[in-house]
Amino acid sequence: QKVSVEVLERLEHLALVDFRDSEGVERLHKAIQFADQLHEVNTDGVEPMDSVLEDRWCLYLREDDVTEGNCTKELLKNAREKVEEYFVAPPGNIPLPKLEERGTFLQGS
Amino acid sequence: LAPWIPVVGLEIHAQISSNSKLFSGSQVQFAAPPNSLVSFFDASLPGTLPVLNRRCVEAAVMTGLALNCSINKKSLFDRKHYFYADLPAGYQITQQRVPIAVNGSLSYSLYIDNKMSQMVTKTVRIKQIQLEQDSGKSLHDDTRSQTLVDLNRAGVGLMEVVMEPDMCCGEEAAAAVRELQLILQTLGSSQAVMAEGQLRVDANVSVHHPGEPYGVRTEVKNINSIRFLAKAVDYEIQRQIEELENEGTILNETRAFDSKLGCTVPMRDKEAKQDYRFMPEPNLPPLILYDAKSLPANMNHQQVINIDWIHERLPDLPSVKREKLVEQYGILPEHSFTLLNEDGLAEFFESVVKQTQMKPKKVIGWILKDLLSYLKQHSLTVKESPVSSFLLADLLNLLERNKISSTAAKQGTTDLCCFYCDFQVLVELWKGEGKTPLEIVKEQELELLQDEKELEQICQAVIDGQENEVIIMVLG
Repeated sequence: QKVSVEVLERLEHLALVDFRDSEGVERLHKAIQFADQLHEVNTDGVEPMDSVLEDRWCLYLREDDVTEGNCTKELLKNAREKVEEYFVAPPGNIPLPKLEERGTFLQGS
Repeated sequence: LAPWIPVVGLEIHAQISSNSKLFSGSQVQFAAPPNSLVSFFDASLPGTLPVLNRRCVEAAVMTGLALNCSINKKSLFDRKHYFYADLPAGYQITQQRVPIAVNGSLSYSLYIDNKMSQMVTKTVRIKQIQLEQDSGKSLHDDTRSQTLVDLNRAGVGLMEVVMEPDMCCGEEAAAAVRELQLILQTLGSSQAVMAEGQLRVDANVSVHHPGEPYGVRTEVKNINSIRFLAKAVDYEIQRQIEELENEGTILNETRAFDSKLGCTVPMRDKEAKQDYRFMPEPNLPPLILYDAKSLPANMNHQQVINIDWIHERLPDLPSVKREKLVEQYGILPEHSFTLLNEDGLAEFFESVVKQTQMKPKKVIGWILKDLLSYLKQHSLTVKESPVSSFLLADLLNLLERNKISSTAAKQGTTDLCCFYCDFQVLVELWKGEGKTPLEIVKEQELELLQDEKELEQICQAVIDGQENEVIIMVLG
């Protein structure tokens, strides 16, 4: 069962990944096959499990105290570009170029 | 022409009133230096983990109880993925599968007609309340073709309140949101000030003919006040009706409300339909809440949230406060609405009633007609009222005892307010500059008496705290 070009393109768009070549797509197919093995188990009437620790894992609740922050300088050290303590980003999301415009092998399919 | 039935649903995001954020210990504060209230987790640096803030959970439980919801004793957290510069992790932690509260209701009232003579009560169903993170803020700099990102708001706790499409027009939507706002403020779970972004409302609007299925709905965003909410909803209803009557179609799209033009416009970023690829948040186990029956014996108190304990400590909600006012003072339900609508007015009214012999049914008229109209005209809040409840009570007592004429008293409150406003200016200048009151009155163009002697007498009487004499002099 192959994944259609439309779906592949949609996945590239959603996850901002680049399958790049047939090897990449094949790896995706293998990953789907691997995950599909889950369907071999009949889970009718079984509650999905959130954690192997089940009831023993209590969600820790923190007190409402201010204990962090005030490290603007440190945070901005990671920024390639900054303007007066703001991070700089491109104007809005840059849309992925259309299939025709990308040098992707998916074109050929 | 077949009639149209408009259908309006609302998605409301209320910022939780807490010291620190939902999953981190950085401070929650409006207007701070950019990126100063940001922890490593908020900036999504690798290796950081979310830690749930107890206060945020309590706020959501309080709100759920106040809105008659069922509180889910077990609720779950999920990741909602999308890319945007102000969402550094690339996903928002929210509650998509099992939110903290479901199936509630909100009752609200509105005037039946424009004459404001009679009120009708309506109910809107609350689908759910969920806890989720707020995103950072993007400042668009079109000239330099860039976006400046401030993460101070990233990670602040939000309660998303989803209202079912039980409303039919702008007025109903506005009344429902106003009541929600009052409830949140009474609980203290959110300060719900729309102007500061603490309460954000998105409207879902569609129209259809009776008996036919619901029409395609549009989502309207960028609504910055309750007044604009009513306008945006009514505009969108009209736009859809006109479009459909002209054989057009409605697109399932997101539109922005342009307050200057008073219309809705399609939003710029016309992306293909979003797929948020929800997945369970692997770093957070289920949130378990308890009640009196299920309270675990051996757990650390700080780790336990008891729904019943919170229920017992809920303050009187606005609807209860109104009922009590009506019952205790014999005023009309409409009056109780106005009293609660103005911050501090109900307390002012009760304070005056305590200090005067005049019956509450008569006092309410002075509060709602004379005092309130004066405050509105001069854009003052109740706290800024030039006339204190003590003084107003005095005035009303004098009237009751026929010490001042009723015609004078009719103008009384307004006159007193005007007088006291100007008088404050007068006294300050009189103390400071050694000019005569008359000189100051002329200079400042105050609307006070021009009789020097009388002015001094009144000033002195106020300074000596002899309000009765003041009132008689001003109004007599």
